[in-house]
Amino acid sequence: MSERTGSPVSTAAQGSPPSAPAPHLPDVAPELAAPERSGRRGSALVHRLVVVRELGILAALLLLVVVTVAVNPRFLSGQNVRDLLLSASILTVLAAGQTMVIITRNVDLSVGSVLGLSAYASGTLLVTAPDLPVVVVVLAGMAVGAACGLLNGAIVAVAKVPSLVVTLGTLYAFRGLDSLWASSTGRLQINAADLPASFKALGGARVLGVPVLFLIAVAVVLVMGYYLRTYRSGRELYGIGSAPDAARLSGIPVGRRVLTAFVVNGALAGLAGVLYAARFQTLDTTAGTGQELFVVAAAVVGGVAIFGGSGSVYGAALGALLLTTIGTALPQLGLDPFWRDAAVGALIIAAIALDRTLTLRLAARLRGRNVRGS
Amino acid sequence: MAVDTTPQSPVAGSAAGGGRAPRRPLTLPSGSVITTFLVLFLVVASVAVEGFASTRNAGFLLLDVVVIALIALPLTLIVVTGEIDLSVASTVGLSSAVMGKLWFAGLPLETIIPVVLVLGGVLGAVNGLLVTRLGLPSLAVTIGTLAFYRGLAFVVLGDQAVADFPRAWTTWAISGIGATGVPVVVVPLLVLVAITAVALHATPIGRSLYAMGNSEDAARFSGIDVARTKFWLFVAAGVISALGGVYWTLRYGSARADNATGLELQVVAAILLGGVSIFGGSGGLLGVLAGALLLASVRNALQLVNVPADVLNIVTGALLIVAVVAPQVTAELRRRRPRGRPAAA
Repeated sequence: MSERTGSPVSTAAQGSPPSAPAPHLPDVAPELAAPERSGRRGSALVHRLVVVRELGILAALLLLVVVTVAVNPRFLSGQNVRDLLLSASILTVLAAGQTMVIITRNVDLSVGSVLGLSAYASGTLLVTAPDLPVVVVVLAGMAVGAACGLLNGAIVAVAKVPSLVVTLGTLYAFRGLDSLWASSTGRLQINAADLPASFKALGGARVLGVPVLFLIAVAVVLVMGYYLRTYRSGRELYGIGSAPDAARLSGIPVGRRVLTAFVVNGALAGLAGVLYAARFQTLDTTAGTGQELFVVAAAVVGGVAIFGGSGSVYGAALGALLLTTIGTALPQLGLDPFWRDAAVGALIIAAIALDRTLTLRLAARLRGRNVRGS
Repeated sequence: MAVDTTPQSPVAGSAAGGGRAPRRPLTLPSGSVITTFLVLFLVVASVAVEGFASTRNAGFLLLDVVVIALIALPLTLIVVTGEIDLSVASTVGLSSAVMGKLWFAGLPLETIIPVVLVLGGVLGAVNGLLVTRLGLPSLAVTIGTLAFYRGLAFVVLGDQAVADFPRAWTTWAISGIGATGVPVVVVPLLVLVAITAVALHATPIGRSLYAMGNSEDAARFSGIDVARTKFWLFVAAGVISALGGVYWTLRYGSARADNATGLELQVVAAILLGGVSIFGGSGGLLGVLAGALLLASVRNALQLVNVPADVLNIVTGALLIVAVVAPQVTAELRRRRPRGRPAAA
């Protein structure tokens, strides 16, 4: 987005004196992403920071829940919690995918439109072939999303165009495609009555009282978290986001990794579309409009650095849960629901300010350690 | 935000391309491609699309483009410095909501408008402080204030609408100059365009914005007060967006908290279509205005030939992508061709 995208390596090497506030986050991000470099103790410090950051969101979430329950004990009633988890699961799936993309110093603004397209596609599929097994519908939705992600990723990786611009373009284009499809078939809205019972059951299904949609979201987060933490290619995504040039020079296939991140993110947005269809069961072409901002917000609140290289999918998932909880808690607290957006906005700013402070402090401590150590 | 981090400025050629200066004479002034495209499109549309060239239609088209072009002015400067402000449309909404609330409370518009403009300045200053004082990335900050300001707009006005603004003001907002169909508001807009164009292209401050966009460190070392300049740009974006909010309210005769939702994307699209690099450091105002007009004209022409409104989104998105991919592709082709020549000598 700015000069910081220009030469992360040189700015990182320069470092930032703790006295004068340095201009941007990514200065120190490489150290966050490549803990090996700072030695084992440095890496332990970084790890602790990430854990503290995630515990911080968890604490905020618990505080919010405790306060809300104190005001309105029914907040924790079974149905209310289930609704909350259901709403959070769609945002969580989107945030998990978005995290993967943001870590590589990219962004995908088209996810809301991909969700809409996939939701409409799965709805249409079910209307025309009601006997299809649910699994096939899910896979079809994910395929639609993956195709969208492939287009985004190909333009970003091959034409080397900033992802912010590309996905802003496809945000419009995919939404337009969705409406065009709907108006050409004349089926502007798909109602619950049009959908087969087997699919609708998915929306309300529970295992041991827990909504299945939420379990799907949890599974996505766990798999993604394991992949990003353990797999070589997962680690490489952090490397790409920290210092794209360094990543390329060290032999990481940057283009392919970024393309993969976009395809996976697209597939997850597609999955979110199917979940959306199952949850709301009434679909028109506006499904998911404006979601991109909440998704990016969830990731940022969860500690994923907007300029790549650091953050975890667990944080993003907690961010999604926190944002959703704010939405449902405000009315229970007797506050006007209109406060929700303002609260979300304030939270985003607080989160990035916190990240900034923590990163500066960490950088100062790591530097101090190195000086003493050597 | 991109994968490739080599600094390119294929459109403006304001960066000296790592010492390879000789190709300078070939670079056209920034925005000339998109302007040519706009002129061609206007000619073709006037001939091929019935009713496109009518004064009535031109008036509608210009009315649609006024707020986008207005907000694009300060936002272009911000993008040139390498930052971004996504909160502009929410500032429009909040200004509109406050304007409605104050009007409902019985204040005269002559008092309300300055208050709203000051409010816009404060909102911009909040962005500016967060970006320049705390050193936070403007993309994340303004996504936050996008939600925050829009939220405040709803807090102020809820889902109500205030619509009983004085007739004289609301008719003025959509009236044309004589019988030309050109809206009256185009005149103040052009004055602002002229001021911004001179400031950007013909003053040391304007040049310093490009310097910041190309290399913030270099700009700082050459004595430019980067933080202060950026701060005031955000303030300017706030004030101008508030002005946009006032105009929006009068033009539609309705103050609502959700006014101009999503407008930021259209403004950013116009700016990028106009050839301004999202990384900062290149682009010009001419291209941005042409970009805004092109987007509006294409939509308008397609509507006139009864293309469904849905397709318009596809066209907008495709235009935006083509606008950024095309210079990349041509730059790549140009880079490949002169391999044989001793270019690096």
